[in-house]
Amino acid sequence: MAEVSVNNGVNVGALLAAREALKAAPQAAKFTWRASCKWKNGTHSRTNVQGFHGLGEEQKHKTEFSFEADHPEIFASEDLGITPIEYVLVGLASCLTAGVAAVAQNRGIQLRSVESKLEGSMDIQGILGIDSDVRNGYDDIKVTFKIDADASKKEIEALVAQSQKRSAVYDVITNPTNVRVEVV
Amino acid sequence: MVLERGEVANSWRRERWDSLRLLTPNWQSRLPGHRYEGADPDGFMTMGEVIAFVSHFALVAGAPVRTHTAVTSVRQADGGYLVSTNQGDIQCRCVVLASGACNLASIPALRQAVPTSIECVTALDYRNPDQLPDGGVLVVGASATGAQLADEIHRSGRRVTLSVGEHVRLPRTYRGRDVLWWMDASGVWNQRYDEIDDLTRARRLPSPQLVGSPERTTLDLNTLGAAGVEIVGRLAAVRDGRAFFSGGLRNHFALADLKMDRLLDTFDDWALRHSPDGDVDPPERFEPTRAPASTRLDLDLTRGEIRSIIWATGFRPDYSWLDVPVLDHKGYLRHDGGVVDSPGMYAIGLPVLRRRKSTFIHGAEDDACDVTDHLARFLATSA
Repeated sequence: MAEVSVNNGVNVGALLAAREALKAAPQAAKFTWRASCKWKNGTHSRTNVQGFHGLGEEQKHKTEFSFEADHPEIFASEDLGITPIEYVLVGLASCLTAGVAAVAQNRGIQLRSVESKLEGSMDIQGILGIDSDVRNGYDDIKVTFKIDADASKKEIEALVAQSQKRSAVYDVITNPTNVRVEVV
Repeated sequence: MVLERGEVANSWRRERWDSLRLLTPNWQSRLPGHRYEGADPDGFMTMGEVIAFVSHFALVAGAPVRTHTAVTSVRQADGGYLVSTNQGDIQCRCVVLASGACNLASIPALRQAVPTSIECVTALDYRNPDQLPDGGVLVVGASATGAQLADEIHRSGRRVTLSVGEHVRLPRTYRGRDVLWWMDASGVWNQRYDEIDDLTRARRLPSPQLVGSPERTTLDLNTLGAAGVEIVGRLAAVRDGRAFFSGGLRNHFALADLKMDRLLDTFDDWALRHSPDGDVDPPERFEPTRAPASTRLDLDLTRGEIRSIIWATGFRPDYSWLDVPVLDHKGYLRHDGGVVDSPGMYAIGLPVLRRRKSTFIHGAEDDACDVTDHLARFLATSA
């Protein structure tokens, strides 16, 4: 269990209490996350995120967050935001990092710094329709963590492994997910 | 009295594959007042030997076994239980559920999407490779069962693809001793259910990748991979005749390697503090599970490359005959160390019932003592 002196800024007590409460009320554990997107011009769009559903009722982030997406100039775009596929790296990096912090807190490991570099490789012959044997998305994603903490190398590796095991974004990337796209 | 639907050691007679041997070495197979006395204490019993061992115990223990008596229902009646069987009803004050945790093959729902051209076999139905159609085999699950069946089927000359999710890696021998000797000696196996942090997880842990073979070989993903078994990630979906495997295989390797090393650390710490009887070899560490540069993420099940699937995805208990509300929302028995949530009802032989060794043959004795102790007190106080 966590020692009092360890503080990674994660309220593990509250998370563990929530885990126990949700075991008794599994319906409240059903969440729906939402995003709303508007086309601006060319490949530029803006996606806003604020409301979501969970714990049996509507919930809200404190403020509305806004995300610009575009393509870089080498694709003859205006580069008003990162590309959508880069947002996937943002999601994966932040999910694994949050997981490392939470697991470290739970295991009583004080973190000093957690840095990661992500690389997703992709052959754009897929999205350009040049070669139908090439997939559209990433063919490989590499995440490299550099962690400074009061822990052995093995303990740090175990943090990162446990973080992957419990990561929503890692799961969604490594496993197929049903996607329905409709027009209204 | 002891009710047995078939003969003594029934599931060992009827629900095991031909080549199976116990995972525990012979010297460890002991029941109260009854132990292995053959010439090969470090060997592993074949099914025939297990059947003989258990049957002999039933005989010398003088257990009042009623064979060919299948229970059709158990319900509360007259302050006790009414047990209905195909040989008539029995009224009793106490019932001990000893029907085990492995009555049914647990198969993921995605099985429904598997094309009908594929022959599906569960670990309970599998006997030997000859019953499978010619051609490639997909083995789903890499616990003791999946790893052993992948190995055996591969040796029969078929192409085998092994789908690997969360698993427990163990070497057969460590520092010159059987790994289960270490579990025993270091006290891991005696760890009590009320000392374990996440008991739900401990009770759901897949069986370790072990095989009981005369050569005492280690059966892990490195040996299977080197032999030519194709290792792929967890089976995540079957859609339009294609099987999709998780891209998270590396992390499953990492989790299992790290967990094994932590267990070996526990053994080493124990060995430092106690000087084990006789010599043990110096500490050793094993090569991490070798991750292929890239693994296959999908497989077309309609092309004829795969002709059969072995579901080695675990087992679940069958409580269809239990008409007492003691199951949780997932169908598992609610009990506290074998004391079931209904007065006078008990359980034995379930994973980590009271100790980590609860489901092993030698684990029965301590649990049985505790459970019968509670049962005797219940009878004495509720008269």
